[in-house]
Amino acid sequence: MVDQQFEPKIVGFLCRWCSYTGADLAGTSRMQYPPNLAAIRVMCSGRVDPTFVVKALQDGADGVLIAGCHPGDCHYSEGNYKAMRRYPMLLNLLDQFGIDRRRVRLEWISASEGEMFARVVSEFTQQLKTLGPLRWPHTIEQFCSPA
Amino acid sequence: MAKPKVAFYWCASCGGCEETIVDLAEDVLKVVEAVDIVLWPVALDYKLEHVKAWQPGEVTVAFINGTVRLSEQLEWVRLLREKCPFVIAFGSCAHLGGIPGLANATSRAEIFANKYHRSPTIDNPQKAVPLISSSVDGHHLDLPEFFKDAKPLDQVIPVDYYLPGCPPPPENVAAAFTAILENKLPPKCSVIGVDKALCESCPRNETKPDDFTITRFKRVATSTPDPEKCFLAEGFLCMGPATRGGCGERCIKGNMPCRGCFGPTPDTLDAGLKMISAIASHGEADTEEAAKAFADSLVDPLGTLYRFSLPASMLRRRAMAGAEQ
Ligand code: SF4
Ligand code: FES
Repeated sequence: MVDQQFEPKIVGFLCRWCSYTGADLAGTSRMQYPPNLAAIRVMCSGRVDPTFVVKALQDGADGVLIAGCHPGDCHYSEGNYKAMRRYPMLLNLLDQFGIDRRRVRLEWISASEGEMFARVVSEFTQQLKTLGPLRWPHTIEQFCSPA
Repeated sequence: MAKPKVAFYWCASCGGCEETIVDLAEDVLKVVEAVDIVLWPVALDYKLEHVKAWQPGEVTVAFINGTVRLSEQLEWVRLLREKCPFVIAFGSCAHLGGIPGLANATSRAEIFANKYHRSPTIDNPQKAVPLISSSVDGHHLDLPEFFKDAKPLDQVIPVDYYLPGCPPPPENVAAAFTAILENKLPPKCSVIGVDKALCESCPRNETKPDDFTITRFKRVATSTPDPEKCFLAEGFLCMGPATRGGCGERCIKGNMPCRGCFGPTPDTLDAGLKMISAIASHGEADTEEAAKAFADSLVDPLGTLYRFSLPASMLRRRAMAGAEQ
């Protein structure tokens, strides 16, 4: 059952050179997309330590978007390959923690792809509405005894 | 001057931390010379009432090992906290959850079902499980509650110092005793030991190339590591880069990669996530498919990356589908 009242909170780590500029383009071109994503500008997708992603989920985000330059286009040449390798490993780990892997998304969005940015945020928001809230501390509470 | 009094207590643990005291060998005599051991369940008979009768401060320090899993353990550690000016989380289980903390990858209901229903050696047609309180034919029995999760010591009481390791090496225990006796303790709440990552003191560090790539992870169960080369560079997951050193490199010397029992370095929030970050730099994978194959070659990431630290990790435990009954 999809709760249309529920507005997911998304934290987006956007690389400064491509994806953040792409997001900016979506804004300046007045494209319509849901307001659910809080954008955090990072220098490169390779800077996004899996710790950041999990910290966001633990602290109340329902989903996390990591976005960087297309492979081959990273400003620091290799950073997005690191992101690419961390991502499936993090997803495998999240599976074991019982966190749906669809809550974390990695996308390549260039500076000129404002439209793609808007589409990714729309799709992701819809996806998270279907998945429902994560509410991690609350979710594990029933599996923890009070201390 | 009277000798300072010391208490040892164990919660859910294997007994290895107690063994480490015995492993002090002749040094244990020095310890006994310097302090009075007033509570030591593994060696001396003692009851809760005796501890309740202690004057506050009469016993200087409590070394508590094991993860807190039962209500009885919680009662004991709270009492020891009340009575002793110093409480030391002794060993990986009290520090981070340790091996018993891996139970946080499942639920109490599952643990009971496996132990009391599914185990092939169990004959339990009534599907009974332990209850806190039960009466049969006029006989009454109270049992401690088995908690829903395993908790490191600092999730239930304030802890003054941590002595890491599974078990802590005897030299570190001796050093901690000396620090207490000579009043040369580090700032409160710190881990007694070194702050640098294990790689820095690892005898194999010289063989670790600045740059290396791993295509697939190997496992010690199915391939034998070279006795001298850096495990990680050879493709064996070694927790050295994210783990606190000071263990004496016992596993490395036994040709076993670091499994992380000393816990994360002080600047690391979560050892498992830090390791993912570190190893991804070395993966040889430039396409999404290759990256997936590389990730999939790390079997059981949760059990491997949090072997000793699951309850102290950022996510703490697994969320199970459905509700806990
Ligand atoms: S990764 Fe392991 S084997 Fe290699 S230097 Fe670090 S601790 Fe030693
Ligand atoms: S700078 Fe954009 S991914 Fe590295």
